[in-house]
Amino acid sequence: MKIDVVVDTKGMACPMPIVKAKKALDGLASGQVMEVLSTDKGSVNDFRAWVKQTNHELLGHEEDNGVYKFYVKKI
Amino acid sequence: MEAAAGPNRMKAKELARIVLSKEELFILDVRNESDFNDWKIEGESIETLNIPYFDLLDGVEEAMDRIPAGKNLLVVCAKEGSSKFVAEQLFEAGRTDVHYLEGGMKSWSEHLEPVKIGDLKDGGSLYQFVRIGKGCLSYMAISDGEAAVIDTLRMTDVFAGFAAERGAKIKHTLDTHLHADHISGGRKLAEETGATYWLPPKDAGEVTFSFEKLEEGRDITVGNATIRIQPIYSPGHTIGSTSFIIDDRYLLTGDILFIESIGRPDLAGQAEDWTGDLRETLYKRYRDLPQDLTVLPAHFGKVAELGEGGRVMAKLSDLYRNNPGLNIQDEDAFRRTVTENLPPQPNAYREIRQTNMGKLTPDEAEQREMEIGPNRCAVHDR
Repeated sequence: MKIDVVVDTKGMACPMPIVKAKKALDGLASGQVMEVLSTDKGSVNDFRAWVKQTNHELLGHEEDNGVYKFYVKKI
Repeated sequence: MEAAAGPNRMKAKELARIVLSKEELFILDVRNESDFNDWKIEGESIETLNIPYFDLLDGVEEAMDRIPAGKNLLVVCAKEGSSKFVAEQLFEAGRTDVHYLEGGMKSWSEHLEPVKIGDLKDGGSLYQFVRIGKGCLSYMAISDGEAAVIDTLRMTDVFAGFAAERGAKIKHTLDTHLHADHISGGRKLAEETGATYWLPPKDAGEVTFSFEKLEEGRDITVGNATIRIQPIYSPGHTIGSTSFIIDDRYLLTGDILFIESIGRPDLAGQAEDWTGDLRETLYKRYRDLPQDLTVLPAHFGKVAELGEGGRVMAKLSDLYRNNPGLNIQDEDAFRRTVTENLPPQPNAYREIRQTNMGKLTPDEAEQREMEIGPNRCAVHDR
């Protein structure tokens, strides 16, 4: 998968991970992919709900040693 | 003096006061929809609106339109950050009377409000600790410089401080059963104060620590004035569930009998096996007790169960009249009520049971996370 932008929000608490992610997503062109890194377990549900209502596509998410990774494709 | 240039912080204690005094409050809850639907702040005069914070990143106009003017306004989220973020925007948009909840739902879940239940006949008092956010209830009996704590919650410093302020030494901590919805503070408080920790042996088959066996016939006294804490074996929610009679007046029912519901038998995975025990306890053992006992449960499910000052209590005879769980005459209908269509289980209930057995040792942040959500120990909790 080609990643066009990586948004590192490790160590940040709500609402910053989504604030940063939204800003990055706004700057992408249709079809480009964003990777978001977060250590805030509490924002996992928020992230899913946010992507869903933006109508962009959540390609997947995974946890790696306490770091949550989300892949979002701009529609 | 100029007004502060930003929203005001509200502590969980102030929110508890508002809920208990039934003051009007408008809450804007900015958590995601599923977390909100699962668990929220409730009160008789509280109106709530859910708009996730991530829907307000481009502006708060939508929220402004839906918040009535002139009402005391509180923004709430899981931990604090997002509610502060939204409250600041509301402030800038002209809502200068806006508050946000310090520590968010996590603080709300941990807040304990002590209320006095009554005086004991040979001196001393009985107190109830109301965990309003999660619906848990603990008790402390104090007499002549000694105290016993029943169903201690994780926030042990609250109990230690309360006893110290009254010049009492905590001698006993007792758990009515092995809890599944919250992490017991009974063992920790006993270790911190040199008290004895009591647990029903039938719930303690897998525990990794030593404890005193809570059994019928082993009366526990507190102070010279002798408050008898008399255990009564009353299985059904768990196989070891034990009730206490204190001072011949109060019946502490644990998670067997609540004010508007009864305990669920399924949280240890044995609903069918324990249904008969639950029925026997509720329809026979409690029936045979003096009916003027005051019932003091370990939970409430709805804010409507909070009485004056937040107290949760009722006469046993009244519960036999009004509690739907005590009025199912047909045994098969009873079995269905307590085993079928039960509400969702409490958050992380398996891990919480393991923690209370001493098999898991989560750190404080993990414990807090495990305890998120309502208690859901009653069959009627929705």
